[in-house]
Amino acid sequence: MTAADATIASRPRVLPAWKRLLLSEYLVLVLTIFYFVVMWTIVPEIAAADTLLDILSAMMPLLVVAIGQTFVLIVAGIDLSAPSIIAMASVVGASVMTGDAGYANGSGVEILAGIVAFLAVGSVIGVFNGLCTTRFNMPSFIVTLTTMMFFSGAAIWYTTVHTDASSIGNLPRTFIEIGQGRIAGLPFSLGVVLVVAGIAHFILSRTVYGRWLYAVGLNPKAAAVSGVPVRNVIFWAFVISGVCAAISSILYTGRLETGTPVLGQRILLDVVGAAVIGGVSLFGGKGKILWTIFGVLFLTVIDKSLQLMGLPIASVFAIKGSIILAAAIIDATRHRLLVRG
Amino acid sequence: MTATTQAARDAAITAGRPLLKVEGLCKSFFGVEVLHKVGFSLQAGRVLGLVGENGSGKSTTMNIIGGVHQMDAGQIQFDGAVYRPKGPRDAARQGIAFIHQELNLFRNLSIAENLFITEFPKLVPGLPFIDRSAARKRAAELLAAVDLDLSPTTLVNKLSQGERQLVEIAKALGAKAKVIIFDEPTTSLTTRETDRLFDIINRLRAQGIAIIYISHILADVMRLCDNITVLRDGHVVGSALKSDMTIERMISMMVGRSIDQLFPPRDYAAPKGDPVLDVAGITQRGTVKDISFTLKAGEVLGISGLMGAGRSELARILFGIDPYSSGEIKIGGVAITAPTPSVCMDHGMAFLTEDRRAEGLMMEAAIDTNIALSSLQNYAGGLGGMIDRGRLAGDVQKMSTSVQISAKDIVRTLVKNLSGGNQQKVVIGKWLLRDPKVFILDEPTRGIDVGAKNEVYKIINSLAAGGAGILMISSELEELVGMCDRIMVMAHGEIRATYERGSFDREELLRAAMWDGIRSSSK
Repeated sequence: MTAADATIASRPRVLPAWKRLLLSEYLVLVLTIFYFVVMWTIVPEIAAADTLLDILSAMMPLLVVAIGQTFVLIVAGIDLSAPSIIAMASVVGASVMTGDAGYANGSGVEILAGIVAFLAVGSVIGVFNGLCTTRFNMPSFIVTLTTMMFFSGAAIWYTTVHTDASSIGNLPRTFIEIGQGRIAGLPFSLGVVLVVAGIAHFILSRTVYGRWLYAVGLNPKAAAVSGVPVRNVIFWAFVISGVCAAISSILYTGRLETGTPVLGQRILLDVVGAAVIGGVSLFGGKGKILWTIFGVLFLTVIDKSLQLMGLPIASVFAIKGSIILAAAIIDATRHRLLVRG
Repeated sequence: MTATTQAARDAAITAGRPLLKVEGLCKSFFGVEVLHKVGFSLQAGRVLGLVGENGSGKSTTMNIIGGVHQMDAGQIQFDGAVYRPKGPRDAARQGIAFIHQELNLFRNLSIAENLFITEFPKLVPGLPFIDRSAARKRAAELLAAVDLDLSPTTLVNKLSQGERQLVEIAKALGAKAKVIIFDEPTTSLTTRETDRLFDIINRLRAQGIAIIYISHILADVMRLCDNITVLRDGHVVGSALKSDMTIERMISMMVGRSIDQLFPPRDYAAPKGDPVLDVAGITQRGTVKDISFTLKAGEVLGISGLMGAGRSELARILFGIDPYSSGEIKIGGVAITAPTPSVCMDHGMAFLTEDRRAEGLMMEAAIDTNIALSSLQNYAGGLGGMIDRGRLAGDVQKMSTSVQISAKDIVRTLVKNLSGGNQQKVVIGKWLLRDPKVFILDEPTRGIDVGAKNEVYKIINSLAAGGAGILMISSELEELVGMCDRIMVMAHGEIRATYERGSFDREELLRAAMWDGIRSSSK
């Protein structure tokens, strides 16, 4: 090594702009915008106000589930049961509110009762997941896989008990407005999601519980020795995930105007995928609400653009898969960059 | 060894053609130069001791030789040819074996499977069928070569730390290694296991294998090595034959100054305060039996003993991590009925664990996150338990300065990038932020360099002077003798003897620890 090399090596690095972008936490947002602009030239209607609103409304329920999932991912767990919570909560909530012999129909508080029913289903399943994971030391993958299977079936069974049809309709108009309504041109669900995201962000970044979540995800043993109630922290992450799935179910059910046992069936991979694309680590200890939002936005924009292009479903899946793969490769590259420096 | 054979050997070393010759090795990480023109050479059948403080560049040098990292500049000659390994496997194939501090064995596999994990003997060459009987036979030969009297089918998780090390050596022999690098091989070995390891190393030397031996235990280096090279801040500050080297000289080369007093003085005669920890009859089947003692404010109480004597187990019980079947614990005079870490912490206890990587730190998190972890609740309040981030950040910064963590930016620097000594200071800082009244330290200076040790000792002294009670577990007798007011010796889960300052006698302490000798130390 010559003397000149040595001075270069010891000089503080100024990264080129593209490297800084690659390392920025806004990378996924930038990629989304880039993709959007490219798509704009191919399918100009993607930038139409209606399409944009559509993207926004489609994002909302997915985002709430993904926010709940983020909590579980941060403690190095996974909640596969989210789709079945959405389905179960949907049919139970609908059965309480429906005009066709709903349990609370005509009581005057049917909407409130219905919403409570949604949230109750979400928290009960979340509590069950949390208890099994923490008290019996079971891997969350197995616990939530089994709850997913059980409640997917249970939701269908519950529907057949309640009605001859395959779903429970005739829901109160006011309830449907939660999923479909607009205030000042913006979806009402946007307000719900902003509140949920705001609370979630606050919990993660400003509270003791938030810091504990990261600690448990990074090193549960060290956390326990440092006085962190590790089991409780994990338990509540699953409850939060369950409640978020229930809130998402409210938005979905309102949007579809009916309680359906097959609701949310296909969203599981979108949820986990969105969080991971955003930068949340499957190994725990790493994640932010903002990242999850970017990930969900990314996936929703891709979905919408492929829909607009009118491609057959098979090619939609293949293209979506390739785009996610490309994003994952870029993400992996940036980690290598981080390590190498 | 007589003087003449030593002299003859020294002459041979000076004259012999080097098997491994490192010249002008440079390496930078993130623009920071960690190795600057490092050079040394090694002959077949010789042991080179490599010493230096943490962060001095020993591990980086070895990682380059072992193929883990690539050099920026320099040259390595190995066995008469230019050597530039593409990766660890390439290095192993060329005959360089690297036995890491954290052993790289698969615990759920058998010894034989571990020995051949990269290259199983095949039934038919080129086809992926393992020749199991050949593997077992070859494994048995390799185990015999390292005096390990175990069946090759034994699972590795059944082995002690020392036995696992021997399996690693057998693995190196199996790969026909010409150079074997040992990184801190004795930190978790008992005295007997260490002796056995040294016998094996001497045998390898006699077979013409070259050894690079990295250690903080300078007495071991003096005992084992033919040549000693000292590194400091990425530079070679000295290379010499053992006969020209002394421990004092190594230390002063390592630190660049002479540490006149490794153990800083404290006023041992100062009157002790009220009891801060009362332990009466603590028993847990299989680990500890009828442990009773009292720790007073301002006192440093040491616990000595061999590995497996129940010292760490006792500490874990006292801090509420592991259960106990009978006995009573009082912290600050208050009986603790159902101890958990958070209950013990609320009563003013703190616990520095033996294994800082696994249980002390979040390696992937920044320094400030780690220091804050156990004190978060003291900074939360108001709506939804919101953390007062400004006050927390200020106190964490102050703490990091007061325990002298050397890092520019405690918010950005990840703990995994710190040296062992600095990592330990992070753990200590985490607990000091709670201002503990009882501080249990389990091997507080394990694997950290002399300078950092001295700083840890100073922190312990100032805590004791400030009225905290310190319970200090250590495997280094010197350290206990240098630091403690009293030393308890544990063996087989019991307290065998207690000595007051003034009547510390190293031999007697050791005898108490091994009083029924062979059986306890073979664990």
